[in-house]
Amino acid sequence: MVASGTRDRAAVAAKESSAPRRNAAYRSTVGIKVVMAVTGLLFLTFLVLHMAGNLKIFFGAESFDHYAHWLRDIGAPALPHEWFLWIQRGVLTLALVGHVWAAATLALRAKRARPIGYAHRPKVQGSYAARTMRWGGVIILLFLVWHLLDLTVGTVNPVGNPATPYANVVAGFAPSRWPVTLFYVLAVVAVGFHVRHGLFSALRTLGQRTANGERWARVAALGFAILLCVGFLVVPFAVLVGWVGPA
Amino acid sequence: MKLTLRIWRQSDREARGKMVTYKIDDISTDMSFLEVLDVLNEQLTATGEEPVAFDHDCREGICGACGMVINGVAHGPQKLTTACQLHMRHFKDGDTIDVEPWRARAFPVVKDLVVDRGAFDRIIQAGGYISAPTGSAPDAHATPVPKPDADAAFEAAACIGCGACVAACPNGSAMLFTAAKVAHLGALPQGQPERASRAAAMLHAHDEADFGGCTNTGECTAVCPKGIPLTVIGAMNHDVLGSAIRGR
Repeated sequence: MVASGTRDRAAVAAKESSAPRRNAAYRSTVGIKVVMAVTGLLFLTFLVLHMAGNLKIFFGAESFDHYAHWLRDIGAPALPHEWFLWIQRGVLTLALVGHVWAAATLALRAKRARPIGYAHRPKVQGSYAARTMRWGGVIILLFLVWHLLDLTVGTVNPVGNPATPYANVVAGFAPSRWPVTLFYVLAVVAVGFHVRHGLFSALRTLGQRTANGERWARVAALGFAILLCVGFLVVPFAVLVGWVGPA
Repeated sequence: MKLTLRIWRQSDREARGKMVTYKIDDISTDMSFLEVLDVLNEQLTATGEEPVAFDHDCREGICGACGMVINGVAHGPQKLTTACQLHMRHFKDGDTIDVEPWRARAFPVVKDLVVDRGAFDRIIQAGGYISAPTGSAPDAHATPVPKPDADAAFEAAACIGCGACVAACPNGSAMLFTAAKVAHLGALPQGQPERASRAAAMLHAHDEADFGGCTNTGECTAVCPKGIPLTVIGAMNHDVLGSAIRGR
């Protein structure tokens, strides 16, 4: 390895030349991962609240619509109409930019780190969830565009009336629109896989470092993944089988 | 047993390598994988061909010199085993076995299966030690260490620096190696004064060497011949974050 006669000098030279600048940790691969982890946890928080809100649909049209309109007045009277919503949208958009930037940076780094691949390369251990983070993320991003056009803006929704979110949901998941529902299901399952590896990975990035903690992190990641899948899929399922029908 | 070996041959750093097929007979199931390469090299030498270059030293699984990707898995199919301790009883008569060097930009191929792992030395030079005049060995009880800390430090210290973690990582990351050193010294009282700066400096050297970033897939720990757990990466992240927050 290092020639023995020059070892000390080489060590000193190496330490001086590659000495990290102050707070270089922010720009390191771990720093990039922290951006990924923190923005991911923000999305997870949003998703859990979003899912809980969706379940209001089982309390009837009036309850669901009332809840949806209340979202526009969170923080009132301190915050004017829809201000909270726009602040939240701004924060989530910034988080999305950070999350995708971190993913792209790490993916490019990974590509650069192995210029010549293996001729023979079976999958060893990495879970399906871990292996599909990048493409799963792309699927979720594409779905997000559709989802906003469908149930927020309403341009691709059969009803598309911001005043009647309940009617929008029932019309959106109508049996005749099964390809849309199928896309929704695929995207939610992709979110489940993404959260399954993402939450575990985020906790590790933020310093989870004991064997016991690792077991809990895996349980929590799987638990949130299942919770989100069930919570988000029960709504289109209920519309499809008629538990939730036109008001 | 009879085997077909497909081995990466590359005459020097600049040459374009390729997989070359060799047939080999009379392999005993008690031979180690490196002994199979020895037999092959005797054949090649006898016929005037260049023998296959590969790193090896102790052949007891403790030095970390040997290492090759066997059928796509670093150190081959047997868990917690280096290539020198991998015996042919784990293969079947008539098998075709692919043998490739570690693949990473930071580990350039020197010849055939030999790669330059100097990047690991640079990571260690950046902080994988304690700056203390050590003198002769102190009394074992001079600095009390709680048993769980000693166990955690020993588990991480078992790293032999073979590079299998890098070879297996889908991102070409050396985080398991780097983190094992950080976790080892960070768990002991002697490592505390430089704990935060060590983690930052070693991570910096890791990134400078063109290793990829960790995505916690766990391929590294699956192939690690010493079973270094993925939790050491959490210990390193913890110390790096501590370094960033405290600004040193």
